[in-house]
Amino acid sequence: MTAGETAGRAVARGGLRTSLVALLALIGVYVLALGYTPVEARQGLAQKIFYVHVPAAWCALLAFSLVGIVSALYLWLKDPRLDRFAAASAEVGVAFGAVMLTTGPIWAKPIWGTWWTWDARLTLTLFLFFLFIGYLALRAALHDPGERARFSAVVGILGLLLVPFIHLSVYLFRTLHPQPIVLKPSEPSLPPEMLRTLFVSAVVFTVLYVGLVSLRYGLALVEESAEETGDGG
Amino acid sequence: MPESLRLALAIAGKDIRAELRSRTALLSAVVFAALVLVVFNFARDPTALSATDLAPSVLWVTFALAAMVALNRAFTIEREHGALDGLLLAPVPRGALFGGKLLANLAFVGTVEAVTLPLFVLFFNVDLGAALPGIIGVTLLATVGFVAVGTIFSAMAVRTRFAELMLPVLLLPFMVPPLIGAVQVTARLLAGRPLSEMLGWLRLLALYDVVFVTLCTMAFSAVVDE
Repeated sequence: MTAGETAGRAVARGGLRTSLVALLALIGVYVLALGYTPVEARQGLAQKIFYVHVPAAWCALLAFSLVGIVSALYLWLKDPRLDRFAAASAEVGVAFGAVMLTTGPIWAKPIWGTWWTWDARLTLTLFLFFLFIGYLALRAALHDPGERARFSAVVGILGLLLVPFIHLSVYLFRTLHPQPIVLKPSEPSLPPEMLRTLFVSAVVFTVLYVGLVSLRYGLALVEESAEETGDGG
Repeated sequence: MPESLRLALAIAGKDIRAELRSRTALLSAVVFAALVLVVFNFARDPTALSATDLAPSVLWVTFALAAMVALNRAFTIEREHGALDGLLLAPVPRGALFGGKLLANLAFVGTVEAVTLPLFVLFFNVDLGAALPGIIGVTLLATVGFVAVGTIFSAMAVRTRFAELMLPVLLLPFMVPPLIGAVQVTARLLAGRPLSEMLGWLRLLALYDVVFVTLCTMAFSAVVDE
């Protein structure tokens, strides 16, 4: 077993442990959301999905932003660790993005009366999701590790700069998405119980993000060292 | 004339000459664009939707698809005979090399668009009239941006196994802002709206061009150099 493989296994194990802890805590979030927080007056039980949808969206956007930033750093420093991290973050981001894009319509159907609408924020996240699927497809279609790292870094950087443009261009199609209620200049307009549950859920999701990224990062390390020694299979 | 501009023009000239000698790619792209227009005509219910309402989206979807087909070709010819290695060995700054490929692609996509526009007028019976200079202007403004991104992506895509599929998957999200802007401006031009209603969109298109042409020129060396 090479040094890289040992280190990879250790990182992956740590990531797996963190992810399991986060998944257990997620059960706690469900209990909290269903038992502790009050039922929203106008939306009823449908609003409960907020505690999953919003943290998943935060994590997806965090993951995608980190891919962009790390890609820029990679082209500057050429450190393979940055490339491995970007790949892991993109994969986990796509998973969280899928959660966001499935929970959203489930909520939208009873509340807006439609599964999907071409609202600014929906369109933006959908295109980000597609962009990162393309990013992963490009990675999968390239074999040379150096080439893969350079190409995907370029896509990552261009993607980061695309976000404001998509946002600007779709914003002019009037927005239907609920306006910011937590991260806004004035006080959050949410009862303290709901805010607490949301906060707990966001922390749990972030821990899950860290766990999954470390798991994926460790696995990439193991894969690489297996390829180097030629006993992969 | 600055040296890098001269080099870029030389590379673009080489690409355009090579294309004009065979003409296969150009002809296929033009025929493809015409076919897309024909298909669009049958996909529309003429009793439900008037041609003018649909015109801006038909025009821009056709332009986008034709550009995609055209861009796929940009680096395929360089790859086939190892020509790209020759280009890279020449003492040409990567920025100038990118500029040359960008200019050649713009000429190529621009030619396809120039042939498509009259066909579109013919098939959809749209009266461009006074809107024509404006439409040419917005076409230029929107095309520069997405062709710049398409040029760098096609250089990447040729290195993959599914080049023809990889380019659209990567490029389409980047085509969204210029396409939305161009469709909006075209619709307003056809409706004879004042310039003030298009200014926001035109600014967005210009900003997109500046940001992505600069960024792609800078990032190009990361794509072609080991």
